[in-house]
Amino acid sequence: MNLLTLSWKYLSFRPLSTGLNAILLAFGLAIITVLLLVQHQFEQKMTRDAAGIDLVVGAKGSPLQLILSSVYHIDFPTGNIKLEEAQRISRSRLVKQVIPLAMGDNVQGLRILGTNHDYLDLYAVKFAGGKAWEKPFEVTLGAESAIILGMKLGDTFSGSHGISVGSHDHDQHAFTVTGILEPSGKVVDRLVLTSIESVWHTHDEEGGTEPDTTAQGGEEPLAVEEAPELGMNSHLLPVAARGFPVTDRDREVTTLLVRYRNPMAAIQLPRMINSGTSMQAASPAFEMSRLFELLGVGISLLQGLAIALVIIAGLSIFIALYNSLKERKYDLAILRTLGASRGQLVGLVFLEGISLTTMGALLGIGFGHGFLALVVALTTQEVVSLVDPWIFLPEEGLIFGYALAVGIVASLIPAWSAYQTSIAKQLTKT
Amino acid sequence: MLLQTTSLRFAHPGQSPISFPDFSLAGGEALLLLGKSGSGKTTFLNLLAGLLTPNQGQVLLDGVILSALQGHRLDLFRGQNIGIVFQKPHLIAALTVKQNLELAQFLSKKKGPSPLSLLQDLGIASKASAPIGTLSEGEAQRVSIARALVNTPKLILADEPTSSLDDEHAQRVITLLKTQAAKIGAALVIVTHDQRVKSEVSQVLELKSV
Repeated sequence: MNLLTLSWKYLSFRPLSTGLNAILLAFGLAIITVLLLVQHQFEQKMTRDAAGIDLVVGAKGSPLQLILSSVYHIDFPTGNIKLEEAQRISRSRLVKQVIPLAMGDNVQGLRILGTNHDYLDLYAVKFAGGKAWEKPFEVTLGAESAIILGMKLGDTFSGSHGISVGSHDHDQHAFTVTGILEPSGKVVDRLVLTSIESVWHTHDEEGGTEPDTTAQGGEEPLAVEEAPELGMNSHLLPVAARGFPVTDRDREVTTLLVRYRNPMAAIQLPRMINSGTSMQAASPAFEMSRLFELLGVGISLLQGLAIALVIIAGLSIFIALYNSLKERKYDLAILRTLGASRGQLVGLVFLEGISLTTMGALLGIGFGHGFLALVVALTTQEVVSLVDPWIFLPEEGLIFGYALAVGIVASLIPAWSAYQTSIAKQLTKT
Repeated sequence: MLLQTTSLRFAHPGQSPISFPDFSLAGGEALLLLGKSGSGKTTFLNLLAGLLTPNQGQVLLDGVILSALQGHRLDLFRGQNIGIVFQKPHLIAALTVKQNLELAQFLSKKKGPSPLSLLQDLGIASKASAPIGTLSEGEAQRVSIARALVNTPKLILADEPTSSLDDEHAQRVITLLKTQAAKIGAALVIVTHDQRVKSEVSQVLELKSV
């Protein structure tokens, strides 16, 4: 028997009131936990995925959409740009590096991204097995993609048209898995990487052997009407590991990831592209901070709600402690006759308040993570599935801090009244 | 002498002071404190327990002047050396019978007899893990006696311990108090106006109304 046990016995003696107060506090803290997790993980992922990309160049449209589709692979691309124009940008003296991307297909909802080996270097990937693609239709799977597809080295699959599930399959040519990446926590985890040539050839064959598909018209992202270039054996030739693929035809890519050569470029290049070409340029840093600003209103609203809930919980805990203490004045007097000091009674009240709020904090953190896990499990939105609900942040210690503060503040007045209790007066009252 | 009072005087705020007669009691002896309502019986008991501080005079228990102790030292001394049985049992309802006794031992920081053997002596061992709410009044009063005894005190104070009990239980409670106090060599002071108790105790001190 000690004070902690005693305080716990008193709490569990009133399970309904205790439970209600703990849950009330837990809801407030759960919202804070969710906000903390989502904000932290989004910001961290967004910053990490955009590291090394100064500018994205693509077809005209929404700049935010361009960034979301090309950097984070969560929105639809704005369209394609001419390879010739893309190459012109790469020759600018303001540009240090250009990584071309070609999109348009998926396998079970995972995007097949045509690019070159620079993209692998951009994210500093490590191979868990195999190596990067060297020939058309060789692919490298991101760690998560490999798990979702359940594939290992040497397996083959065919992609489907479009960047989300549900379109028709390109079953003319199967992709072969020649490399699998280690998990990196970056966007590459959920991609299927291949060469730009692979993406081109997939659509070439469609055009050649299945004329009906041209009926899809504008939706066809990389439609080419002519026969494959470089003869019939082009599938066997090595692909371009760096820079743009070599082609003698009128080709397109979807976007370019650009790195500036000098700070000057940040001022000149976007303006040059936006006004001088049919393409648009967007900066990931700028667009994302604009997005967070828009989301900020919603986040502060939720934060306000969470704070209100925590305050109400604090009040409710205060009232519960105060009322139960009024009923227990006699108990307190008895404890004093048994040898308890005033300090021990004060300690008892504080322990009750603090254990209650600690319980609320544990529940709240549990609710927060559980709720996030539920949302992630139920959603089909890729944006949400970026969040890992079982990451525990050091900031969650703050939640214990809040809970502790609420417990202490709510216990102050009841503790003072416990300190003031006169034993003789209490015991002679009948 | 184990317990000795000298020229005790106490005034409740706004009331005229009450003087209490001197008495002394050896270990193992019992004293009955009688008096009409308002004669200051409970005040006397509170002074003996150190729950009130006298305006004048002193209570000497086992060589210690109670009013010389302050704050937590007084609380601790009371917990270790004085067992109090109240008119109503006043047990902690959130705890079981055994936990109530363990709590008394924890608060007084004293290792007494095991609560279970004490409950056995008082014939309520079967209720050891029962919640307080399930006890009958007689059982609850016996538990409160067990709680007063659990720290083997030097002085046992009982305030109207039999007033709410029937004849059979009242008899049992008085016998218990007397035998247990004698067993541990404690002085026993019973405050009562219960006629049934008078025949049980030889030493009587009567408080005169003011």
